[in-house]
Amino acid sequence: MNILVCISKVPDTTTKISFTDNNTKFNTAGVQYIVNPSDEWYALVRGLELKEALGGSVTIITVGLAEDDAIIRKALAIGADEAVRVNADPADSYFVAAQIAAYAKTKNFDLILTGKETIDHNNAEVGGMIAEMVGMEFVSPVNKLDVNGNVARMESEVGGATFVLEAELPLVISAAKGMADQRIPNMRGIMAARTKPINVVEPQGVQPLVKVAAFEMPPAKAGVKMIDPENMDELVQLLHNEAKVI
Amino acid sequence: MSVLVYVEAVGGKIKKAGFEGVSYGKQAANQMGTGVTAVLFGAADAAEVASLGNYGATKVLHASGDAFNTFESNAFADAMSAAAEKEGSTLLIFPFDNSGRALAPRLSARMGAGLVSGATAYPEISGNTLKVKKNVFSGKAIAQVEIATDKKIISFTPNSTGIQEVGGSAAVEAFSPAVKSSKIKLVEVQKQEGEIPLPEAELVVSAGRGMKGPEHWGVIEEMAKVLGAATACSRPVADIGWRPHHEHVGQTGITVRPNLYIAIGISGAIQHLAGVNQSKTIVVINKDPEAPFFKAADYGVIGDAFDVAPRLLEAFKKFKANQN
Ligand SMILES: Cc1cc2nc3c(=O)[nH]c(=O)nc-3n(C[C@H](O)[C@H](O)[C@H](O)COP(=O)(O)OP(=O)(O)OC[C@H]3O[C@@H](n4cnc5c(N)ncnc54)[C@H](O)[C@@H]3O)c2cc1C
Ligand SMILES: Nc1ncnc2c1ncn2[C@@H]1O[C@H](COP(=O)(O)O)[C@@H](O)[C@H]1O
Repeated sequence: MNILVCISKVPDTTTKISFTDNNTKFNTAGVQYIVNPSDEWYALVRGLELKEALGGSVTIITVGLAEDDAIIRKALAIGADEAVRVNADPADSYFVAAQIAAYAKTKNFDLILTGKETIDHNNAEVGGMIAEMVGMEFVSPVNKLDVNGNVARMESEVGGATFVLEAELPLVISAAKGMADQRIPNMRGIMAARTKPINVVEPQGVQPLVKVAAFEMPPAKAGVKMIDPENMDELVQLLHNEAKVI
Repeated sequence: MSVLVYVEAVGGKIKKAGFEGVSYGKQAANQMGTGVTAVLFGAADAAEVASLGNYGATKVLHASGDAFNTFESNAFADAMSAAAEKEGSTLLIFPFDNSGRALAPRLSARMGAGLVSGATAYPEISGNTLKVKKNVFSGKAIAQVEIATDKKIISFTPNSTGIQEVGGSAAVEAFSPAVKSSKIKLVEVQKQEGEIPLPEAELVVSAGRGMKGPEHWGVIEEMAKVLGAATACSRPVADIGWRPHHEHVGQTGITVRPNLYIAIGISGAIQHLAGVNQSKTIVVINKDPEAPFFKAADYGVIGDAFDVAPRLLEAFKKFKANQN
């Protein structure tokens, strides 16, 4: 089982969001970065579990600049065998997918795993684009994944039902809640990660398809109306007459 | 030239997001001086299909063969690209639901079409440039994204721009494009009986660690039942196994956008808010007046959930009884 896990760098979940350059750029001052949670907790950990059970290797890939090496080391500490960094600013999803697809085509991966979506762009785009570019099938979202021989068995929770699916490898899969549990790297992993090489590859010339013209903050909430806990009839009346939601 | 809109029918009924997509497409088509073609997947009777005209579709391509009975991303993507070619469409519209998430990126890569996923407003189109807003940083900010490629795709967040009736009529054509077969086999579908699917729910009753244990969820479930709401929970509650994983909302679970979100015994951590802050009305019940959730709430009740929730349940029951 050779598995490629796509990991992305995102601001820590508690980051205060602000912008610079006339609201055209994300303000990175003082921002702490983490591995995108669904990439780390679901895609990477399940990839490692499958490798541990079936043999093979887990390669992580990220499209980003040298500053991303820190999150790559984190993923290596959790247990990835090899790391690839495509040395480019991730301009848009199409650009990112094209870089990952170009690399994947030079190897024989049985599985390409992405996270469900990044918590900064909230796009859920890169996985489907990679699938199209490498000519594989794409399954999304996948909440459970098992591999038996060359057949993957998956559970996908959609609209109040669980769909149990089977398909032959290779596949591109977008990993969501339920697939695995977060793994905290241990000291040995952290030490080993320091010396594992990061394979830096230069990007393909690809034009991005979209760009962010400007950012803005959402409108502020009007403020909370407090209701006496003894008077739930009043709350129900407000929900009916004022908010008009029931 | 027409704007192409992806529409699904399930159990003979067109999904709400399909009508909203046609309304969305109509708004864009008006700016472009063209019409709307809806591509409908799944069986539905003639009246149901024709009703798409009421929301602005001028034409419906109805793909209803065996290949289109259950969702399959390869086949459906092939059908959408065939339809785009047939109609000469330069703008494709999808709902940002599980179908749209699987199809739109594929087609973006195939057609070299710039894609904006999760749009929350109508686009502004001028010449070959389209700008549209979407939420980023899990709802903490909004980005205006620009597409300047010749072909463009938008997937809109359901329940953002709404359904508009325009009272037109649509010409309906059967559509059976050749599609690739899939190697993905559907083994079985396990229905979660009697529950309302959370991602599509208009009303949600949610609870957190403040409920102390799974044995206290009866009042939450009953409240959901009385309201016709879905149930949800915070992440630790799903992680400890008090509630199933598919109820976990937030940054690492699912994002909801209901009309009403009732949060009982949930602190309102930023990662939880990220999944619910786009709800229209938020009610928070918490015994701690300093709970961060109150800052995101429309209505707040400071009190013990074990007193307040049963009282609220009774009030809902009384309200429902009076309505009937
Ligand atoms: C990277 C990352 C991602 C995360 N993603 C998510 C996510 O997607 N979704 C999510 O929910 N969390 C997520 N979390 C966890 C999040 O930070 C919080 O820990 C979690 O939301 C807290 O859940 P809770 O409010 O149920 O529990 P607690 O924080 O324990 O809060 C319980 C609340 O109940 C109140 N309470 C207690 N007893 C009563 C009572 N008798 N009556 C009324 N109120 C009472 C308390 O005052 C308190 O406010 C994430 C964390 C990280 C680090
Ligand atoms: N810059 C990147 N490098 C590698 N993988 C990425 C990058 N951006 C996104 N991905 C992967 O694609 C998934 C979906 O991202 P997105 O389409 O941005 O929501 C993420 O969860 C990652 O697995």
